[in-house]
Amino acid sequence: MRAWLERQIPKMVLAPSFVAILIFVYGFIGWTAWISLTRSKLLPKYDLHGVIQYKRLFAAPRWDTAMDNLFLFGALFICISMVLGLLLAILLDQRIRVEGVLRTIYLYPMALSMIVTGTAWKWIMNPGLGIEAMVRGWGFENFTFNWVIDPDMAIYAVVIAGVWQASGFVMALFLAGLRSVDGEIIKAAQIDGIPGWRIYSAIILPSMAPIFLSAFIVLAHLAIKSFDLVVALTGGGPGYATDLPATYMYAMAFSRGDIGQAASSAMVMMGVVFAIVVPYLYSELRAKHV
Amino acid sequence: MSDFSAPPAVSSPVRPGQIALRWLLFSLLGLFALFYLMPLFVMLTTSLKSLEEIRSGSLVALPREVTFEAWRTAWSEACTGIQCEGLRPYFWNSVLLAVPAVLISTFLGAANGYIIAQWNFRGANLIFSAMLFGCFIPFQVVLLPMARMLGLMGLAGTIPGLIFAHVIYGIGFTTLFFRNFYVTIPGDLVKAAKVDGAGFFRIFWSIFLPLSLPIIVVTVIWQFTQIWNDFLFGVSFSQAGTQPVTVALNNIVNSTTGVKEYNVDMAAAIIAGLPTLLVYVVAGKYFIRGLTAGSVKG
Repeated sequence: MRAWLERQIPKMVLAPSFVAILIFVYGFIGWTAWISLTRSKLLPKYDLHGVIQYKRLFAAPRWDTAMDNLFLFGALFICISMVLGLLLAILLDQRIRVEGVLRTIYLYPMALSMIVTGTAWKWIMNPGLGIEAMVRGWGFENFTFNWVIDPDMAIYAVVIAGVWQASGFVMALFLAGLRSVDGEIIKAAQIDGIPGWRIYSAIILPSMAPIFLSAFIVLAHLAIKSFDLVVALTGGGPGYATDLPATYMYAMAFSRGDIGQAASSAMVMMGVVFAIVVPYLYSELRAKHV
Repeated sequence: MSDFSAPPAVSSPVRPGQIALRWLLFSLLGLFALFYLMPLFVMLTTSLKSLEEIRSGSLVALPREVTFEAWRTAWSEACTGIQCEGLRPYFWNSVLLAVPAVLISTFLGAANGYIIAQWNFRGANLIFSAMLFGCFIPFQVVLLPMARMLGLMGLAGTIPGLIFAHVIYGIGFTTLFFRNFYVTIPGDLVKAAKVDGAGFFRIFWSIFLPLSLPIIVVTVIWQFTQIWNDFLFGVSFSQAGTQPVTVALNNIVNSTTGVKEYNVDMAAAIIAGLPTLLVYVVAGKYFIRGLTAGSVKG
């Protein structure tokens, strides 16, 4: 009896967390999925009505803008952060004496809240007093940089702030990757007289494929969840110009009182995340257990 | 993986032709450093200027006359809507919320990780996968039911409610951190301790926890950064008076009443960012470890 009890202890200690995850993650996803199939407005209703919320969602111009923005923002944010991060990592990998200091400088934005980042860049890109005014003050009277208030350009302002925040993190990932490449192979290549750039392009970078993948996953995940940055930088505006699925969902849930739309947009967001993350997680877990 | 030590030399020894290349390298690195530092510099200098100086001077100019007025206003007078008590009460809300949430989620993660890594029973890996999966969901998908649940529990709009939400959705990551750390400890240790008559809790307290200092630091820093910087839960589950500092900062910056005080906005932004920035400067190594552990080790 005692031995049996003893064997049950680990399960009993793990149980509360497991039950919490079951309810608060899986149960809640189920609830949101259910609500997304009803006519719920201000309050939840539980009678199923098929995919009418999804039809409404895909017919809404504002959602269209939000999805377009997500793909545009996501693509630029991921590509620029990856290229910049890789470039910084390679530059830092050249036996620089002040490497530690530079690394600290490149990475610190990642410690800040996106609200802080958004606030800072909103001020910097303020047309009346920020960069625009500064460059005009230098004598370039016609210089304009009003992306934050230009509906066509505002999403690119979000990209700038996002890249500023996340590229240092990509640098850290790649730098760690560069350092984990077998030094013997590199030495051998150097002895053979292979130029530095060839060593990078033919030996080091191909061996870092898993790191490219993780960087991509993390950045994609950040892009889809981006909410605070847009709220602080543009408030989703001008108009709906910089709405993302996350801000759309929030507006429907808490200011429009349309929880049917909020639920269906959240489900679509989850679909996008899973389309990217699930194949990755699956391969990771398989690799570990086999 | 987590450290950057032992760089293999890729560039060959310096020859005269390479000195120019070296200069190019350093100017590039310097330019990028300026790019990353510029916003912090602008925030700091703007916060130390008066409004007249901001309107008349350049964005990157140093303040002619340093004044801490904006800092005082941001801390204790700035309006976050109808209340004008500055950031101070919300800063303390964030502290009151982050400290217990970090401690509880870290402790649960340690216990869970210990069980999953060392007390493997049937289904343990399935449970781990289920928790891991939970790390990746966009929180929007649980926002509505969580708001209702907090209401049912009588925790709507309270700090304990926010703590609860952060603990629940933090367990996945903290468990992942500890599990990946404990997996590297040989299972024979538990077996030997069991032979000596030590039980589940004693092995945890006397053997595993004392070994865990590095991963505890990593997890605490990770959780603190996440929770302090959170905005989505803060804005969804709080009400006037219980808002965390990020929400209050956003309200100060985007409040439409009165003259726009950019120096106050910048001082408030720095105050809100200071705790995590401080942690990063003091324990950067562990911060990076957390970032890479979450992504690379999966």
